[in-house]
Amino acid sequence: MAHIVIDENRCKSCFICVGTCPKGLIKKSNRMSNLGDKYVEFVDPNHECLGCAMCATRCPDLAITEVYK
Amino acid sequence: MTQKELIKGNFAIAEAAVRAGCECYFGYPITPQTEIGEYLSQRMYDLKRGYVCAESELAAINMVIGATSTGAKAMTSSSSCAVSLMQEGLSYACSDELPVVLVNVMRAGPGLGYVYPAQGDYFQAVYGGGNGDYKLIVLAPSTVQECIDLTYKAFYLAQKWRNPTMILADGQLGQMMEPAEYGEYPYPEVDTSSWALTGAKGRDNRKIFSCASDEDEHNAKIRRLFAKYDKIAAEETEWEEHETEDADVILVAFGSMGRNIKATMKELRKQGLKVGMLRPITLSPFPEKRLSELADKCKQFIVVEMNMGQMINDVKLAVNGKAKVDLLNRPVGQWLSVEEISEGVHNILNHKELAVL
Amino acid sequence: MQQVFSVPKSMKKDFKYTFCPGCDHGIAVRLVAELLDEMNLTENTILAASIGCSVFIYNFLNVDSIEAPHGRAMAEATGVKRVRPDKFVFTYQGDGDFASIGLAESTHAALRGENLSGICINNTTYGMTGGQLGPTTIMGQKTTTSPMGRFKETYGYPIKIAEHIALCDGTAFSARVALDSVPHIKKAKEALRKAFQVQLDGLGYGFVEILSTCPTNWKMTPEQAHERVRKEMIPVFPLGVFKDVTAK
Repeated sequence: MAHIVIDENRCKSCFICVGTCPKGLIKKSNRMSNLGDKYVEFVDPNHECLGCAMCATRCPDLAITEVYK
Repeated sequence: MTQKELIKGNFAIAEAAVRAGCECYFGYPITPQTEIGEYLSQRMYDLKRGYVCAESELAAINMVIGATSTGAKAMTSSSSCAVSLMQEGLSYACSDELPVVLVNVMRAGPGLGYVYPAQGDYFQAVYGGGNGDYKLIVLAPSTVQECIDLTYKAFYLAQKWRNPTMILADGQLGQMMEPAEYGEYPYPEVDTSSWALTGAKGRDNRKIFSCASDEDEHNAKIRRLFAKYDKIAAEETEWEEHETEDADVILVAFGSMGRNIKATMKELRKQGLKVGMLRPITLSPFPEKRLSELADKCKQFIVVEMNMGQMINDVKLAVNGKAKVDLLNRPVGQWLSVEEISEGVHNILNHKELAVL
Repeated sequence: MQQVFSVPKSMKKDFKYTFCPGCDHGIAVRLVAELLDEMNLTENTILAASIGCSVFIYNFLNVDSIEAPHGRAMAEATGVKRVRPDKFVFTYQGDGDFASIGLAESTHAALRGENLSGICINNTTYGMTGGQLGPTTIMGQKTTTSPMGRFKETYGYPIKIAEHIALCDGTAFSARVALDSVPHIKKAKEALRKAFQVQLDGLGYGFVEILSTCPTNWKMTPEQAHERVRKEMIPVFPLGVFKDVTAK
């Protein structure tokens, strides 16, 4: 099952991935990081992830550390 | 058996660098040291070693920094106003603790000045023209033979202490010919494997950098550097000293000016004056301890310099008020002759107004 | 199930980027790390880092590095390469470092045809000092030292670095790429691969100028910044390969 792994310690909440995912599976979370920013979350209840890795390709902080297809 | 040959100072430095194992030379022309780069262009090519005509002195010193960061022996040479351009690099190299070897064949300043000899870069060499707290090792040859010996030594000390080392010669020394011999490079090879950049194979990566991460670490680093400078001072301070035991007056001079104070001392001794001499060979570290000891017994130091009085400050600090310290100088041009120094000494001792030399 | 993306092995294990949120530096560093992995260069590399935001690359990549004074990375890289020609040597510099204070070093390394690879991050401003006018600031762009926008009478014109380097006879490869989209990022990686390969093949100087963002100093969101790259920067600094001696 295709999916991604997000390292919340590296995420700086730039939200580039949110606009990049072609399926809209990455969302702003309601949880806050200790910097006061919202985390991003991978939410894929219907297994729509393509494993395209576009999110990881564009993530400037290498916070999306793994992508499986 | 080695034989003495007639060698020009600049060539002596260049060939000694080759024999010391210099792997690459980086330089930019400036009178009166250009022969070093000219000589090495052919010599390094023949030996299949590195040679780069750098686009500027800024580039040249940083090329040496790059080369020495790998543990290689490398050097650049330049003169006064262009050594000014290298000060940034020297500050970095001291912080990075890299074995940079730099030859400064001094000319007259300030500014462009002119190509005749002078010793106006003492402050720049010893106190540094770059930013921050750091010290170079500075060696001042007075003869062509010393140009060879101290070039050997510069390569060794630079690597031994991981500290930039400068050979501070002057235009007269660079341009004159004297009998000298090269002999063999007399020092052991220094192991650089614990710090040199060789590629992070089978170990974590090495970083050579001066950028401070925080205040505490930065303080600790500078204190560690200065503890190293103290050790260098304890082990490497070198000077030439003659007839100081009974001396009332001690002449002090460095580099090419050191030659004539020796002859002057002999001349004045003939006239019945108890004169000795001391010539610092390492300007940094400076033989301050020895001068302080001598100040306990002698009454008067006369510092002879080709500048407006630079080394005299270090002599005064070493003497610390225990004896009189006077200056005999000419800012630029020809060396003070034995006659001129003798006359100057008499004038000082007789409290006469100094004739303009 | 197959893993299609992972953190490059050339990144330091405990690395954490200290760039601002949304800054493209992080992508550029990752591309370099991926190539070091793929080309099996990590253990044989010496990096000359520069001054500015780009200096921190040595905290992220697990390669031997030396920090160069501002603008002098190409001189240090030359020094390294001349005594250790078997090492892979590259620089990672900003536009101010590479093309303003270091233009002489950068140009002459290319003219000498040094077997080196140069990477220049062009974000049209001095990022670390807070967004001042730099050599690549585009006409009309407001910075803290051109608050009314860049105009020629006072500030002159920006430099087109990749074209400039392509004019040097010792250059083997020179290209300009961007990181604003996935296709551009993929092209950027291939350009970097070429710039690395020409060094390995002993063909001369390989250079890539990377159009990058500075959301903090541009006062934009990361996506707005990427939009600016597309709308304002690429028309001034066109993407493409300006020299490639390996092209048939």
